[in-house]
Amino acid sequence: MQCEEVSEALPEIVDGAATADLALRRHVDTCVRCQAELAQYRKVLRAMHQLRTEVLEPAPGLLADILAKVEEAGERRALRSLLTKRRVAYAGAIAATAAAGAAGAMLYGRRRLRAA
Amino acid sequence: MDQAELVAAATAGDSRAFEELVRATYTDVYALAYRLTGNEEDARDVVQEAYLRAYKGLKRFRGDAQFSTWMYRITANCASTALTKGKKHRHEELEDEAPLADTRPEHDPEAAGDAELLRARLNDALEELPPRLRAVVVLRDMYDLPHQAIADELGITEAAAKVRLHRARRRLRERLFPKSEEESARAV
Repeated sequence: MQCEEVSEALPEIVDGAATADLALRRHVDTCVRCQAELAQYRKVLRAMHQLRTEVLEPAPGLLADILAKVEEAGERRALRSLLTKRRVAYAGAIAATAAAGAAGAMLYGRRRLRAA
Repeated sequence: MDQAELVAAATAGDSRAFEELVRATYTDVYALAYRLTGNEEDARDVVQEAYLRAYKGLKRFRGDAQFSTWMYRITANCASTALTKGKKHRHEELEDEAPLADTRPEHDPEAAGDAELLRARLNDALEELPPRLRAVVVLRDMYDLPHQAIADELGITEAAAKVRLHRARRRLRERLFPKSEEESARAV
C-alpha cells in the first residue's frame, strides 16, 4: 500500500466510524509520515470536541426575541382555534335552525293534508 | 422538572414549560447556528426560526432523543435553508478545491505547541470553509449527529454527507498543519 492511498483513507478512519483494513494498519505501523498525518487528524478532531464546550454568548435580547415570536405564534394559534370553534358553533346553529324549519314545514304540511 | 417532563408539559399546551426549555437550550442552539452561518445576525434569525418550528411541531417530537438533539437537527435544517436562500450571506463561498494551506511558519500550531492557539486557528479555518462543508463537519465532529440525520436535515444523501465530511476534515488538517516547502517539493 502506498502513502497516497493511506492518506486518502485517513479522514474516514480517524473517528473510528470506519474500520481500517489490515493493509492500511500495517502501513501506518511502519510509516512515520502516515503516522504523523493520522496524529494531525486526531488533533483536529480533539480540538473540534473542545470547541463544542466553548460558550458563544449571544447578544442580549435574543431570549426575549425568541419568546416573543413563540408567544405571537401561540396567540395566533389560540385565535385560530377560537375562530374554528365559533365557526363550528355557527354552522351547528344554522344546521339546527334549518332542521327545525324543515321539521316545522313537514308538520304543517301533514296537518293541512289531514284537514283536507 | 427535567427536560422530558418539560417536553411533556409543553406538548400538553403548557407555554411556561416551553419557555423553560428555550431558556435551558438557547445559548447552545445559538452557538450551533453561529457556527453554521458564520455570522451573528443570521444566527439570531436561524435560532428564532428554529424555536418557532419546534413550538409548532412539538407534537411530532417522539422523545426518543434529547430535546437539545432535536433542536440541533431543526437548527441545521433552518441554517441550511437560510444559506440556500443566500440573501444575507456575507462570506464569499470558496471553491471546494481552492488551496487553504497557510504556509507561514509562525502560524504552525505544532511549533507553538499551544492547544489554545490550535482551537483559535480551528475557529478561523471553520469560518473559511465553504458553508456546505462546514455544516457537515460541525454537525458530525462537534455535535455528534449521525450521518443519516445530517443528510436528512441538509437535504442530501448519506453518501454525499460522507464525501463532504471527508473533504472538510482534509481541508481543516491542511489548513492547520501546512506542509513545509521542503515537504511540498518532495511530494511533487
